Amino acid sequence: MSAAGHVPSLGPTEAQLTGRPDPASRRSGWSGYLLLLPGGLWLLLFFVVPTVTLMATSLYDPAGSLQTGYAMTGHWQNYVEALGDYAPQFVRSLVYALLATVACIVLGFPLAYAIAFKAGRWKNLMLVAVIAPFFTSFLVRTLSWQYILGDNEALVGFLRSIHVLAPDGYLLATPFAVVTGLTYNFLPFMVLPLYASLEKLDPRLIEAGADLYASPVTTFRTVTLPLAMPGLVAGTLLTFIPSAGDYINSELLGNPRTRMIGNEIQDLFGAGDYPTAASLSVTLMAAIVVLVFVYVRRAGTEELL
Amino acid sequence: MSGVAWRGRAWLGDHLVLLLGLLVLLYMFLPIFVVVLMSFNDQSSRNSYTFDGFTLANWTDICAPYQLCESLGTSLQIGLLATVLATLLGTLMAFAMVRHRFRGRSSANLFIFLPMATPEIVLGSSLLALFVNAGLAGVLGFWTIFVAHVLFCLSFVVVTVKARLAGLDPRLEQAAADLYANEWQTFWRVSFPLVFPGILAAALLSFSLSFDDFIITNLNAGQEVTFPMFVWGAAQRGIPPQINVIGTVMFLVAMTVVLVGELSRRRRAAR
Amino acid sequence: MGGDLTLTSVTKRFGAFTAVDDLDLRVPEGSFFALLGPSGCGKTTTLRMVAGLDEPTTGTVLLGDTDITRLKPYKRPVNTVFQSYALFPHLTVADNVAFGLKRRGRRKIDDEVAEMLALVELQQLAKRRPGQLSGGQQQRVALARALINQPEVLLLDEPLGALDLKLRRQMQIELKRIQTEVGLTFVHVTHDQEEAMTMADTVAVMNEGRIEQLGPPEELYESPATTFVANFLGQSNLVAGSVTGTSGDLVHVEVHGARVFAGRSRSRVTEGDVWAGVRPEKVYLAGPGEEAADEVNSLRGGVVSDVSFVGVSTQYLVRMAWDQELTVFEQNTGARKRFRPGDQVDLHWRPEHTFLLDATQDAAAGVEREPV
Repeated sequence: MSAAGHVPSLGPTEAQLTGRPDPASRRSGWSGYLLLLPGGLWLLLFFVVPTVTLMATSLYDPAGSLQTGYAMTGHWQNYVEALGDYAPQFVRSLVYALLATVACIVLGFPLAYAIAFKAGRWKNLMLVAVIAPFFTSFLVRTLSWQYILGDNEALVGFLRSIHVLAPDGYLLATPFAVVTGLTYNFLPFMVLPLYASLEKLDPRLIEAGADLYASPVTTFRTVTLPLAMPGLVAGTLLTFIPSAGDYINSELLGNPRTRMIGNEIQDLFGAGDYPTAASLSVTLMAAIVVLVFVYVRRAGTEELL
Repeated sequence: MSGVAWRGRAWLGDHLVLLLGLLVLLYMFLPIFVVVLMSFNDQSSRNSYTFDGFTLANWTDICAPYQLCESLGTSLQIGLLATVLATLLGTLMAFAMVRHRFRGRSSANLFIFLPMATPEIVLGSSLLALFVNAGLAGVLGFWTIFVAHVLFCLSFVVVTVKARLAGLDPRLEQAAADLYANEWQTFWRVSFPLVFPGILAAALLSFSLSFDDFIITNLNAGQEVTFPMFVWGAAQRGIPPQINVIGTVMFLVAMTVVLVGELSRRRRAAR
Repeated sequence: MGGDLTLTSVTKRFGAFTAVDDLDLRVPEGSFFALLGPSGCGKTTTLRMVAGLDEPTTGTVLLGDTDITRLKPYKRPVNTVFQSYALFPHLTVADNVAFGLKRRGRRKIDDEVAEMLALVELQQLAKRRPGQLSGGQQQRVALARALINQPEVLLLDEPLGALDLKLRRQMQIELKRIQTEVGLTFVHVTHDQEEAMTMADTVAVMNEGRIEQLGPPEELYESPATTFVANFLGQSNLVAGSVTGTSGDLVHVEVHGARVFAGRSRSRVTEGDVWAGVRPEKVYLAGPGEEAADEVNSLRGGVVSDVSFVGVSTQYLVRMAWDQELTVFEQNTGARKRFRPGDQVDLHWRPEHTFLLDATQDAAAGVEREPV
C-alpha cells in the first residue's frame, strides 16, 4: 500500500467537479409544463396580450373616443405629437429618477455596508428595520413627507434659521421634495440587493487588500465595489425603473412644474385620450428598455472586468 | 490627552459607517414617527396638516370618515384573494423552474421577470388597454383589480419561493423517495415543510404589495375604491387623521408578524 | 426478492455525455462491494441507477431474479446512505430514522427505532435535530435511517467523505462490523482507494464509465490489469520494454538494455511491446555492483534525485540513464543503508513482483488524481 498514506477527501461532489448538473435534481417530462401552465396563462393573458394591446392602442386614430370606439389606422403620428407635447415631462422623469437613484446609492451603500459588516448581532434587527417602514401604506408615508417638509414645520424653520433657506424659502412643492420622496420610497430596493451582494463578500478580502498595501479608499474601489457590483446593478434597476414611472411623489410633494410622465399618462387615460396615453406609455417602456440595456452592458463589460 | 484623542478617532473610524447607516435608518423611520404622531392629532381644520393637539378620538372612531372602512374592507378582500391565487400559481411555477427540466427554461425565467421590470404605470395602462379593447370598460372594478394584483404579485412569489427552493438540497427529496415515500408523500412530508417559510414570506409580500398598490389599481378600478385610492382622494380634499391610525395599525401588525416569526425561528433553533 | 445484484449491459447517457458505458456487474448477496474510481467515472451514477434515482438509458438491473430497472425508488428494497447524508432538517433524529417504516404504513415502531439508535449509539440524541449533531453523529443517523428498513442492498455514496481522518478510520471499522453483523449486501462508492481496500471484499475500479478491473483488493493491487489500475490503486513504476521470449513460468523482457523477468500469471501480454511494472515498495536499492543474484531483476546506473523521510518509510526518487524517474519506498527498519541525493544506486526486485501491461495504454492513466 502506498506509504504516501491516506489523505482525507473533504471534496466537492462529483457533479461540482465535473461541472455537470446533478443529473437527477431535475425531473424531465411534461410535469414541468403542467406546473407552469396556470401561472403562465395568467402572465400571457394579462401581461403579454395587454402589452400588445397597448402597442396597438398607441396606433389608433385619435379621433375616436371610448364611447364611439377607436379605429386602427396605424396612426404613428401619435408618437410625434406625444413626444412634441410631453418632451419636458419625459426628460424630467428621467432626470428625477436618475437623481433619486444616485441619492439611493449614496444613502444605501453605507447602510448596506453597516448591516453586512458592522451590525454584529443587530444584523437581523437592522434588516427588519429597513423593510419595516414599508408595511405602512406608501401613500400615507408620502403624505408624512408633506408634513415634514411643510412650510410651518421644524425642518424648514431650522433651515431658514441657519440661512440654508431664504427667510421666505420653502421645501414642499419643489423638485427637491419630489426627489426626496422618490429616494425615500425606493431606498429599500437599493439597500436589500446591495446588502445581499456585500454579505457574500468575505471580509478577509478587505483585509487582504489592506495587507497588499491598498489604502482604505483604494481597497474600496478595487475590491469592495467590484464585488458589490451585482447588487449595485440590481439596486439601480429596482430604484430607477419605478421612479421613472412614478407620479405619486410628484403629485403629493411637487407642483405643476414638477409633473412627470406618469402624471400625464394617468391624466390622459382619465380624460379618455387612449391613443396618446398609450403612445406615451410605450415610449416610456422603450426608453427604459434602452437605458437598462445600455447600463447593464456598460456595467457588465467595463466596471465588472 | 493625545491618547484619548487618538482613541476617539479610532473609535470614530471604526464606527463611522455604522453611524451613517443608523442615520439613514432614521431617515427611513422619520415618516413612521409622523404617521404615529398624526394618528393622535386633534385636527382643527380639514385643510391643515399640522399637529394641533393630542386626542384618542381618531383611534376610537376609525370609521368616521366617509368610505374609509368600506375601502379598507375592499382592500383586505382583494389582498387576501389575490394573495391566495398568486401564491398558489407562483409556487407551482417556482417548483417547475427549480425541480423540472424542460425546453425554454431561460425564456420562461425572463418572462416571469419582465413584469417586475415594467413600471407600474405601463403595466396598469396595458391592462386598461386590454380591458377597454375587450369591451370590458363597463365592468372595471373589484375583479379587474383582482386580476391586476394577481399579475404583479405572481412574479414576486415565483422569485421568493424559487430562492428558498434553490437552497433546498435535491438529495432530501431523493432520500425520501429512497425511504419509500411516493411523490405525494415526498411533497407533503419533505418538500412542502422545508419550502413553507419561503411560501409564507411570498404570501406576506403579495399581501402587502396588493394592499399598498395604487398606480395600477387606480387605472383599472372603475368605481371601486380601495384604501390607497381613498387616501389619494382624501389627500386632495384634506387628510382625515384616521388614515394615520390605519397606517400605525398596519405597521404594528407587520412588526408583530415579523417578531413572532423571528421568535419561533429562534425557539426552533434552540430546541 | 433477495439474491445477487446484477447489472447487465447498463448504459447511462446525459445528453452527449456517457456516464456509464455498457456496464456488466454482479454483486454477490451478502458481500461488501466497493465501486472505486476518480470523480466523474460513473460510479455514483451506477449507484443511483441501483437506487432508482436515475434510469438506465439501456440495460437491466436485477435483484435476484426480479427486474427492478424501471421500478420507482420507493418500491425497491434498496436504501441509500447519501453523500453528505441528506438528513431531513425539520425532523428529529428519531423521526428521521422512523421515516421509512412510517411510509410503509408500519405502526408501533418505537421499539424498533430505539433499537436501531442503540446500534449506532445515539439513543440519547433521539429528540435532537440533525443541525445540532456533529458530522460523525449525522453519519450514524443516515446509516440507521437506511438500515432500519432492512434493505436487500444498502448503498453508500461516499459515506465518509465529510469526516476527518481519525473519524473516518473509526467509521470504516464500525461499518465493516455492522455489515458483518447484519449480513446485508453493501455497495460502497468511493474515490478513496485505501478506504475501498480496507472495507470491501470485492473492489471494482471504474474509469470513464467502464469497469477496469474487478476482484479482491489484494489481487487488484498485486496484479493490476491496466495502467489505470496500476496507477490509481497505489503507485507503480512503469518502464517501457519488449518481450524477448519465455521460459517456463517466466516471461523475458528487454528493458533499456537490461533483461528482466516477469511471472506469467501477472503478464497481461506475453509478446511485443509492454509496460513492465513494479510497485515502489517491492524495490530495494543497493550501491553500484552489489547484490546481483541471477534470479533478481536489476536496473543499474540510477542516481538518487530526491529523498523524503516519512517516518515508517523513506521515499526515493531515482533518475535512470534513460531520463525516467522511478520511485522506491524502503521501510525504515534501521537495517538498511540510507542513501543521499547524488548517490549512484542500482534497483533490484524479485521477478514475481513484476507485472506486464499492454504498451498501447497511456502509462500516466490514473496518475493525475483529483487534488487531494
